[in-house]
Amino acid sequence: MLHSPVNPGRAAAATLATALVTTLAACGGVGSGGDRGGETAGGGASLTTMGFGLPDEIAKTRVDAFKKANPGVALQINEGQFDEQAFLSAVAAGNPPDVVYLGRDRIGSYAARGAIQPLDGCVSEQNIPTGDFYPAAQQQVKYDGKWYGIPEFYNSVVLVVNDKAARDAGVDPADIDTSDWDRLAELAGKMTRTEGGKIERFGFYPKLPEFLPLWAKANGADILSADGRTSRLNDPKVAEALDYANGLVESQGGWKKLKAFTDTFDYFGEGNPFVKDQIGAMLTEQFVVTAMAGTTPDAAITVLPFKDRRGNPVNNVGGNAWVVPKGARNPDAACTWIKTMTAAETWIAAARARAAKRAQEGKAYTGTYTGNAKADEVIFSEIVKPSGKKPFDDAVKVIRSVQEAGFVVPQSAAAAEFKKAWEDAAIRVLQGDQKAADSLGRAQAEAQKAIDEATS
Amino acid sequence: MRRLTPETRWAYTFLLPWLIGLVVFQVGPMIASLVLSFTDYDLIGPPEFAGTANYARMTEDPKVARAIGNTVVYTLLHVPLAIALALALALVLNRITGRAAGVFRTIFYLPSMTPYVAVGVLFLFLLNGQAGMINQFLGLFGIEGPQWTTDPDWVLPGIVLMSLWNLGSTTIILFAALRNVPRELSEAAMIDGAGTWQRFRAVTLPMISSALFFVVIINTITSLQMFDQVYTMFFGNQTAQQSYGDAALFYVVYLFQQGFQFLHMGYASALAWVLFLVIAAITLVQVKVGNRLVYYEAEERAG
Repeated sequence: MLHSPVNPGRAAAATLATALVTTLAACGGVGSGGDRGGETAGGGASLTTMGFGLPDEIAKTRVDAFKKANPGVALQINEGQFDEQAFLSAVAAGNPPDVVYLGRDRIGSYAARGAIQPLDGCVSEQNIPTGDFYPAAQQQVKYDGKWYGIPEFYNSVVLVVNDKAARDAGVDPADIDTSDWDRLAELAGKMTRTEGGKIERFGFYPKLPEFLPLWAKANGADILSADGRTSRLNDPKVAEALDYANGLVESQGGWKKLKAFTDTFDYFGEGNPFVKDQIGAMLTEQFVVTAMAGTTPDAAITVLPFKDRRGNPVNNVGGNAWVVPKGARNPDAACTWIKTMTAAETWIAAARARAAKRAQEGKAYTGTYTGNAKADEVIFSEIVKPSGKKPFDDAVKVIRSVQEAGFVVPQSAAAAEFKKAWEDAAIRVLQGDQKAADSLGRAQAEAQKAIDEATS
Repeated sequence: MRRLTPETRWAYTFLLPWLIGLVVFQVGPMIASLVLSFTDYDLIGPPEFAGTANYARMTEDPKVARAIGNTVVYTLLHVPLAIALALALALVLNRITGRAAGVFRTIFYLPSMTPYVAVGVLFLFLLNGQAGMINQFLGLFGIEGPQWTTDPDWVLPGIVLMSLWNLGSTTIILFAALRNVPRELSEAAMIDGAGTWQRFRAVTLPMISSALFFVVIINTITSLQMFDQVYTMFFGNQTAQQSYGDAALFYVVYLFQQGFQFLHMGYASALAWVLFLVIAAITLVQVKVGNRLVYYEAEERAG
């Protein structure tokens, strides 16, 4: 396939594009390593952000709070999702933004390589009340005992049941319990519907490969040691969990068909898979539920905790964090920004703004799940009011109840490679290339090697 | 030293902007990446000399083997199919005369104007095994289509299928070559009793062989460098990266992952250089072989 008719000279310059990308990034890094530090902001305080947008009042209210308190800071928000390549190039070229908004699970890789700065000074100087944040969120933004980020949202995993599918299977949706794996498998089969080779309804979607850590935890296993240095992917309990969850997929029509089927879902629209009766039950982050409260408030769903095999709720939490890259010109303003964006009072003000807007639209406000436990307490006791839609009012209670069961995969110096290793392992099993134990054995070797290389 | 004629000097003056661009944006970075390929470099800290460790690592990395395998299979499927189809299209276009000719030429070129990212997203929908139009079409004939996007055995054929949608440039080049085939030759052959196939084989094909040779080289190079559509389809966001495994892992995709996802820029540079050398070698072989097969009009005149 051709871009355009080009001259044959291009043949010789074949891989230049790649080489170019490689070196543009390199030039800055070579020349500008280590001599920053004492540099001050050039002419007045300015603050540049990356990876953050202003899609709604939750963002806008908090940004306005910062602007009001810091009128002297020239704020520049570069809207758009976090982009790894843009971020690293900026850091390597010595021209990074002051503050960056990114997924917490990436922090370990960047911290270990010094791409982002520890925030311990920021936390102590500005008295950031770190105790306000959920423990699992705290754990996820720390690396090697230091703060490297401050958490923003706090996303929990819950089980969302399509009531119609449960009733079709002769089960009361509220009675579904994921702790009995044999009964769950049976239910999955009953809720599935196929029509001549085509999937009509995916009975129970275990959300592999992304939720493998959750399934492992439900089976009593951690995939990584608490210090992030020893991979535990070869724990037989992990293999057992993967084997089971893969078996669910297998018995409902197989990964190849089911994955293609779920690729057609629009979780955030009015034609979401629950309303269209395309899913029986699935594990998902709570924001799918809050989105449905807005788009399809009459949907008949039941939100339940995901329980481990002993019957206790398990919840793999995640979310974004604010970090300060190496070489940031204005780390002090960045610290003030971070403090403002994540403080309880700012979150509460943002929640009030959203509740007001929803009321104006005639819709219910089902809450904002922040990383700040203190803020959440006020939001859910004072601002969120029963909407009259029972499924969603009950959902709020369930989501709140599983928050304290939140756990995270510990940070590691090779966080990105570790994740890739277990995702690939799960994919190989789902695609039928390898048995769970063999695939995880290979992942264990890859992951441990990456961790050892990154920590040495 | 030989003195430059004023004309040559002016030629260089006008070439200067391009020459500066070449040095600054192409040769310079290439040399830098060659140097980096012998280092351990994570983009953040200074590069550390690592000897040939990056190159040694490539030989042990199973993902490199997989990526090479995927890329080679794709190239072997794409290049012959693309050129055969484009040639067929060009022959059809060459038959159309009058007003309609311009319209059809434009239509055939239109896909080339579509951004690759859009093509990738579009085909992800079209190829979807459960709801995609391609399988719906196959269903009309009672064929249960494969899971193009999720079955590792069908991912590469699906990508080849997508690649055949956009043949605009190749078609236009071959079409231009066909227009240059002198009609007298064909007529003379016809008088001598040559059939359609014989005329195509003995007259048309040799006359357009230089254009064919050119599109073979260019298509091979672009196939080996395949990135945009595949990255959009199977690696474009986090969910996609988690969901498809290595079935669509092309060489340049892996290079990009190593460089920007895992911060192994030294290793990525080594991968880039190996690709460069491989492409240079393949092109060299093609030129050598091509010289024997291609008919150049100019040679005859000179001889």
